[in-house]
Amino acid sequence: MDNILLLAIIVIVYLFMIAYLGYRGYRKTKNTLDYLVAGRSVHPFVMALSYGATFISTSAIVGFGGAAAFFGMGLLWLTFLNIAAGIIIAFLVFGKRTRKMGHNLDAHTFPELLGKRFRSSFIQGFSGLVIFVFMPIYAAAVLIGSARFIETTFTTVDYNIALLIYTLIILAYVLAGGLKAVMYTDAMQGSIMFVGMATLLVFTYTKLGGVTAAHQALAGLTGQVPQKLAAMGHLGWTRMPALGSALWWNLVSTIVLGVGIGVLAQPQLAVRFMTVKSTKEINRAVGVGGVFILCMTGVAFVVGALSNAYFFNHPQFGKISLAVAEGNIDKIIPAFINSALPVWFVYLFMLTLLSAAMSTSSSQFHAMGAAIGRDVFEKFILKGKHVKYSVAITRVGILAGVLVTVVLGYKLPGSVIAVATAIFFGLCASTFLPSYAGALFWKGVTKAGVIASMFTGFLGTCLWLLFIHQKESEALGLCKLLFGKATLAQFPWTVVDPIVVMLPLSAVVLVLVSLFTKKVSGEHINHCFKHI
Amino acid sequence: MVILGIDDPGVWLAYLLCIASAVFCVVYGILRWNTGDEA
Repeated sequence: MDNILLLAIIVIVYLFMIAYLGYRGYRKTKNTLDYLVAGRSVHPFVMALSYGATFISTSAIVGFGGAAAFFGMGLLWLTFLNIAAGIIIAFLVFGKRTRKMGHNLDAHTFPELLGKRFRSSFIQGFSGLVIFVFMPIYAAAVLIGSARFIETTFTTVDYNIALLIYTLIILAYVLAGGLKAVMYTDAMQGSIMFVGMATLLVFTYTKLGGVTAAHQALAGLTGQVPQKLAAMGHLGWTRMPALGSALWWNLVSTIVLGVGIGVLAQPQLAVRFMTVKSTKEINRAVGVGGVFILCMTGVAFVVGALSNAYFFNHPQFGKISLAVAEGNIDKIIPAFINSALPVWFVYLFMLTLLSAAMSTSSSQFHAMGAAIGRDVFEKFILKGKHVKYSVAITRVGILAGVLVTVVLGYKLPGSVIAVATAIFFGLCASTFLPSYAGALFWKGVTKAGVIASMFTGFLGTCLWLLFIHQKESEALGLCKLLFGKATLAQFPWTVVDPIVVMLPLSAVVLVLVSLFTKKVSGEHINHCFKHI
Repeated sequence: MVILGIDDPGVWLAYLLCIASAVFCVVYGILRWNTGDEA
């Protein structure tokens, strides 16, 4: 950074805009409905950008962009799934019913939607507890990435100070303005992200001589694949890994399926559908959401892969991205930006990453607070009797969630970012997705079926991560402690993500148990599905 | 077959599907702009 004053001015202007939008959210928040679901009256443009900006964090741009430099353009299957599942199916199939059923049941959170649908405070409490216990790991991963990024951008700022300041700024507007403040700031941050990433794509293709020329240059590097990677199934950066190889399983099961499908059952995203006043708004939001996601992950993955062609053909480097970043894939995108693009764009990209981080963190803080405050404490422990101070309870919940996240942010290793994201997405999918889909589409699903399905998905995923999936079982060490080896399984199971096994199993359990247990009353079902 | 300089169908198909799905979102949003129930 050769002009720290200009950078400081840009950041101060950005923070003033955040403060103004946070204040607007605070002024417009009058009751619990406003605080938890933004009064169910959010503009479709704001909803779509808020959904996208919450979905895409710094790790999606830097971490997964770096992963694309490693795997190649095959990672674009994840972008396709992000749009097909994360936007088209999520908005048009799940979103419309979520909005209507959320209105019918007056649900304010994702766990509350499930709890009221099956008339079970246990389902609401358990769902809230899963979110509160595991979301801080994902939130801490985003926090670590953001603090590291601030530390490297402002070289005079210590990591610990960066983490604290970043957290306090977000905490201020989330606590004051609830979901309205979160969504207003998300929309602004999403707009910055869109401009930043679109500019990055244009610059990259221009730098490499156009779309086809850039891809041809990358295809010409096939002979440069390191021997170790070639042995694992790497066939080049414009090709998919060899079918059935370790790299193929890693790419397809963990990255593409784990993150691509996992997005459907993310509590902080599902609640966005309950913030609009009619399905007309959801139809209008689809276009914005689809283009936004293409511009985020699509650009990050293409640029990440093409960085190999840039670095290899640059006289100063003459080697592939992984070698330039000395094996750390998280450093590839920043290295490419700093080397290939003008200084003014470095500042714009810095703002893009800061926006991506803050928009994701603010929604995580809000979701954690609502989960422990409303779903667990107010509705499960107090059985909904103590509703007079609902917002105050949620605010205490947000503080508790942020405290846990900050402690984890100081304790967890920096390498946890991508793993923590994949774990949370996979866990949510296996635990919630069958029950969520059943709640919206099958009148015959029962309370017992949902509880059995949730336990199967949750416990199965935890056991798979502890004893089968080598990447996590090795890092967590419990398997080694109990059985003297890193994993209990053989290849390919050691590289198969838990979502591949546990999501279908959880769905089968939901159907089987629902077929043989007591149905929800017809009167209640009619109310749930009114106007659907 | 080589499309846009990419020779693996598994990759150029993903590239084109990404663009097609985003275009679908935009077209759907425009065509259904005034369609949908009220609150």
